[in-house]
Amino acid sequence: MAILITPTTKILIQGITGEFGARHTRLSLDYGTQVVAGVTPGKGGQHFEHQGHRVPIFNSVAEAARATGATVSAIFVPPPFAGDAILEAVDADLDLAVAITEGIPIRDMIRVKRAMQGRRTRLVGPNCPGLVTPGTGPGSKGGCRIGIAPGYIHRPGRVGVVSRSGTLTDEAVFQLTSKGLGQSTCVGIGGDPVNGTSHLDVIKLFNADPETHGIIMIGEIGGSAEVEAARWVREHCRKPVAGFIAGATAPAGRRMGHAGAVIGGHEDTAAAKIAIFRECGIEVAATPSDMADALLRSAAARGIKLS
Amino acid sequence: MNIHEYQAKALFEKYGVPVPRGAAARSQAEFATALAQLPEGPTMVKSQIHAGGRGKGTFTNGFKGGVKFCQDKVAALAMAGNMLGQTLVTAQTGPAGRRVQTVYFTVASDIKKEYYLAILLDRASSRPVIVASTEGGVEIEKVAHETPEKITKVRVDPAYGLADFQVRDLIAALGLTGAEAKNAAKLIRNLYTCFWETDAAMVEVNPLITTPAGEVLALDAKVSFDDNALFRHPEITALRDLNEEDPKEIEASKYALSYIALDGNIACLVNGAGLAMSTMDIIKHFGGTPANFLDVGGGASKDQVIAAFKIILGDPNVKGILVNIFGGIMDCNVIAQGIVEAVREVGLKLPLVVRLEGNNVEAGKATLAASGLTLVSGDTMADAAQKIVRLVA
Repeated sequence: MAILITPTTKILIQGITGEFGARHTRLSLDYGTQVVAGVTPGKGGQHFEHQGHRVPIFNSVAEAARATGATVSAIFVPPPFAGDAILEAVDADLDLAVAITEGIPIRDMIRVKRAMQGRRTRLVGPNCPGLVTPGTGPGSKGGCRIGIAPGYIHRPGRVGVVSRSGTLTDEAVFQLTSKGLGQSTCVGIGGDPVNGTSHLDVIKLFNADPETHGIIMIGEIGGSAEVEAARWVREHCRKPVAGFIAGATAPAGRRMGHAGAVIGGHEDTAAAKIAIFRECGIEVAATPSDMADALLRSAAARGIKLS
Repeated sequence: MNIHEYQAKALFEKYGVPVPRGAAARSQAEFATALAQLPEGPTMVKSQIHAGGRGKGTFTNGFKGGVKFCQDKVAALAMAGNMLGQTLVTAQTGPAGRRVQTVYFTVASDIKKEYYLAILLDRASSRPVIVASTEGGVEIEKVAHETPEKITKVRVDPAYGLADFQVRDLIAALGLTGAEAKNAAKLIRNLYTCFWETDAAMVEVNPLITTPAGEVLALDAKVSFDDNALFRHPEITALRDLNEEDPKEIEASKYALSYIALDGNIACLVNGAGLAMSTMDIIKHFGGTPANFLDVGGGASKDQVIAAFKIILGDPNVKGILVNIFGGIMDCNVIAQGIVEAVREVGLKLPLVVRLEGNNVEAGKATLAASGLTLVSGDTMADAAQKIVRLVA
């Protein structure tokens, strides 16, 4: 089991013919992911070809989903049009829309999020690396890779990873795999201040997933999403959780690459978040090199096996 | 992106948010023309820099106060000469301060009472929030901490926009009645439209004032914009003042590098924002101090790495460099080649620690080893950080 996506999940790519979308579609196909359709308005009827794969391209998401049974979309559409692309996936009633695009105006996301209320589609992102549920083949091939994560560093297993940062997720996954700990699913929720799925949403899913035995939560300065998740963990989660917060040295009020990572109030500094993690029984990684070890400490303290 | 007070007030006027009459001057020669646009009488002289705390700031020549009240225009003209071209240090500028390149003259308003009004994003609800307080002209953080009951927040539903009842709630919270209430309601609506239509990240009016004549005015104006939305606002992009930005940050943005200068002595070059932030953190954890934040992005090229090295070395405080690359998708060998070329081109003399991991890492490490350069290799982030901290100490 895994959360949100499994190796049999059928996905479509919005923006499959753009350079960025095409590159990562090829990598996902190489990984063994079921990429069944692409969407580029005006290019319907063409095909995306890669090493024997022939992925049909459609003019709209609804058409693509109807024809192929795709239930999840990965969105690589450029920022000015990405909000519209998300709404199109929502309108087609997909299960999940994963917005990889970085640089979507905040106002667009405010409107998109409001328009999604009451709809069935879940949004992950934007400005996120996407999701990976590792497969059982060599280098975890045969898994489901949605987005831009390097598939080969994963191994199938029992640790769930949720993070706002792409490269820090890679760092955590690499540490886990190096220590022989595989992953159930890794979810990059993205660095933007207005996004879809939160840390808490993912933690709840991991908590309910019998195959996930431990969780790594990676956060940043800014906002209160990690704090909200930590308080829920204290009340409801019986699985070991390790946490890391990036940005202890960031100066207040400066944007550190991620639009969401601007320190505003007193509870969104790294020190405040780390203190709350500790209060909530989350094992804090002292440095980013310590993430997998922190989870091992937490699991050992509870007598839980992660491998 | 931030803009100056005088630019923000011009924007306010365009949206029907009343401000005291004012005029800006960029040179001594322009002082008289600017002042001629204002009526006789008490005049404010305000240094224009992108930082708060101007009133309590001190110029590097010893002159105190970046915002001054003058009895008349003659005094204002003389006062402006004390500010223009001088460097103002405030609580927000850092010790280096900022050079005042524009002076703004405004009519000195009669103040009945000061209030606070701001609009920004409420991350928890993903909606714009209007923040208002009866405590104006002071630091809002202090009010929030000491007397939170004096702050009212109204979250706006983006599907409907600002509703009448919400404006009434704000007016009631500010305790305004009669003509003041009517004028404030119009101001709040117009300020919200300004925030929404310009893709502002924040508009802050501190203080918002009432006058004995029943007027409601934005006495100060601080506006910043969502960088992601600038592509659809060329008229706002044109307000960018490069004098207010670190030249190294401007250079970095030309190469799509995200760079922020800090005051430490260990420079870092990293891919990914989260990894870059935590690289700074781990340097600090092992007793060093980071000189910068630098994210070369997910698909760094050789040219970007070379540009990054040059920018890092433009900071005279730098005593050592830590390169931390997790190349999940990007080819580590390309990064390694970039490092070798950059080190040769700039003739690097400082200690350099490189931690490479990921795609094609063996080839990357071989390239570094074969280069004959004196660099130290780090196995993990912790190992690399400890090594550079030792080398710089």
